[in-house]
Amino acid sequence: MAAESVDISQAMVTAPATLGDWLVVAPVAIPIVFGAILLMVRHETRLHAGLAIAGLVATLAANAGLLSRVLSDGPQVMTMGRWLPPFGISFTADALGASLALVATLVAVVCALYAMKDIGATGRRYGFYPFMLLMMAGVGGSFLTGDVFNLYVWFEVFLISSFGLLILGSSHRQLDGATKYAILNLVGTTLFLTATAFLYGTFGTLNMADIARKVDALRETGPLMTLTVLYLLAFGMKAAAFPLNFWLPASYHTPSIVTAALFGGVLTKVGVYALLRVLVMLFPLERAVLSDLIAWVAAGTMIIGIMGALAQSDIRRVLGFVVISGVGVMMAGIALGTEQGLTGTVLYAFHSILVMTALYLLAGVMNELGGSYSLHELSGLYRRYPLLAAFALLLVLAVAGLPPASGLWPKVLLVRASLDAGLPWLSFAILLTGLLTTVAMGRVFILTIWRQKADAAPDGAAPAHPTIGYAALAVLSLPVLLLGLYPEPFIRVAEASATGLLDASAYVGAVFPTEVRP
Amino acid sequence: MRTLIFRTIAPYLTSLMVLFSIFVLLRGHNDPGGGFIGGLIAASAFAIYGIACGVSPVRRALYFHPMAISGFGLLLAALAGWLSLFFDVPFLTGLWTTVSILGLPVDLSTVLFFDIGVYLVVVGSITSIALALEEREHG
Repeated sequence: MAAESVDISQAMVTAPATLGDWLVVAPVAIPIVFGAILLMVRHETRLHAGLAIAGLVATLAANAGLLSRVLSDGPQVMTMGRWLPPFGISFTADALGASLALVATLVAVVCALYAMKDIGATGRRYGFYPFMLLMMAGVGGSFLTGDVFNLYVWFEVFLISSFGLLILGSSHRQLDGATKYAILNLVGTTLFLTATAFLYGTFGTLNMADIARKVDALRETGPLMTLTVLYLLAFGMKAAAFPLNFWLPASYHTPSIVTAALFGGVLTKVGVYALLRVLVMLFPLERAVLSDLIAWVAAGTMIIGIMGALAQSDIRRVLGFVVISGVGVMMAGIALGTEQGLTGTVLYAFHSILVMTALYLLAGVMNELGGSYSLHELSGLYRRYPLLAAFALLLVLAVAGLPPASGLWPKVLLVRASLDAGLPWLSFAILLTGLLTTVAMGRVFILTIWRQKADAAPDGAAPAHPTIGYAALAVLSLPVLLLGLYPEPFIRVAEASATGLLDASAYVGAVFPTEVRP
Repeated sequence: MRTLIFRTIAPYLTSLMVLFSIFVLLRGHNDPGGGFIGGLIAASAFAIYGIACGVSPVRRALYFHPMAISGFGLLLAALAGWLSLFFDVPFLTGLWTTVSILGLPVDLSTVLFFDIGVYLVVVGSITSIALALEEREHG
């Protein structure tokens, strides 16, 4: 055939794609396949949990393989359809994307496990597991894509799936929460899309590596400041940064607890990831101009968030505000923009994904045992369930940033980084947030675990132990404890992520291997 | 809407539209058309049938639940991408082969299967929404 003789090396990738290269797309392509199968067998609810867990474990394995490859060989690239970048859409996995994808998939596996108990046959028939798998495909795609418009598409994929998860059950309260969530997130993504159109008009490309190597030449003429502000607004909204955080507490307490756990753990962190990727890697000088503003936003988010948590009496609402306050802490590192600050942000993101999911699941187990999410009604869990109290103590210490749990090290790094950068007030804000978090979560702990109500019902029959709940909490507590006691490997990954963001040459070199950045 | 004329015409109109949607799907590789627009045409065909003759005949005629059709489409599209794995080329690379059907050479490609996947996703999801809305109107 004539096609054989055409020289395609000018248009297409000619190097064969090895199995190792496939690891870059596998974390997205596997959940899509399993999500599709689950959608086909939607009425066979018995099969759902097994299929979903199998799919997520396979995704987890692919993510682990990808991260180890990225750490040893640098960023990994696969360009869809063999077209040469920037014309083909590249998936580019660096240490930041691969590690966040791994942690997010880990909590998704745990959530799928807990959902076996939490989501009944009705919820499954409405499609809990297919939505969950497709949402994880969207989240994985966001973390691994190397193309700004493709990032938008993955944002839409996980947003639409999250709408489905949010209204599962169709109670009045859920629809109310989902309406706010949907409208405000659509405003955010519209801003994102507008900014992306503007970006394409300016650069003529959407490939992140291509933008990174062209940005210096366009600094004089291009409206880069406008772009940066638009992206800050769009992703800040998605990450629930003050003053655009109001959608989160309005909606996160309404869905089933496992959905809330997945959202609280994973979704805001995708917004933070997008901020890191676009503001720090693509527009570093513009970010530096905005750093004061970002620092104020960060401090506002931390303090206002945790003040909200102090005022609530529903555990799920408390946790919603704690999620917001954590976003503020992560934004502090983005404001600083130094290697240490960014390392702290990335490490805090790992910690936050694990701990927030675990705390929501803890609330779920408490509800299962005590029959309520209200701090007024829950009491005396310690006497009946000492193991639950142990998990609760560890997680409260972790979220407050106290040893021996995971919250300590990222906060140490961030406080030191802000002192080094000459912003003592920012480190004061971080420490104050830590104190207020201790108060807010200590209040939850004391009221639910320690308090012995005078009129409490007498201990009835032997309490049933929530096996699946304990298993889920144990799987999440292990890395939380490990991050607290032996943080070196985690810090190394976070440091590799931070250096990769500050110096994009390895990222660019992986996408465009033949050209060297000037 | 359930007039005698409409009810008589609707089955013919539906079958014509489904046929046309497949034509649009297949010509979409090099000409205007493709899976998305073809899927929309097919979904409107089922919607018309539903308006004329009620929702349950449509569900019976489709046999599979529209969402299952949608899931199958997604699976087909994803597998069209995964097929590249066995040819040492990146995800979603277009692979071509020529087969002989009744003595005629026919070009088959993963691109075509991807497009059929898109077609089924659109047919399934839009039909599912349309039927749910029509059901609510009548019930």
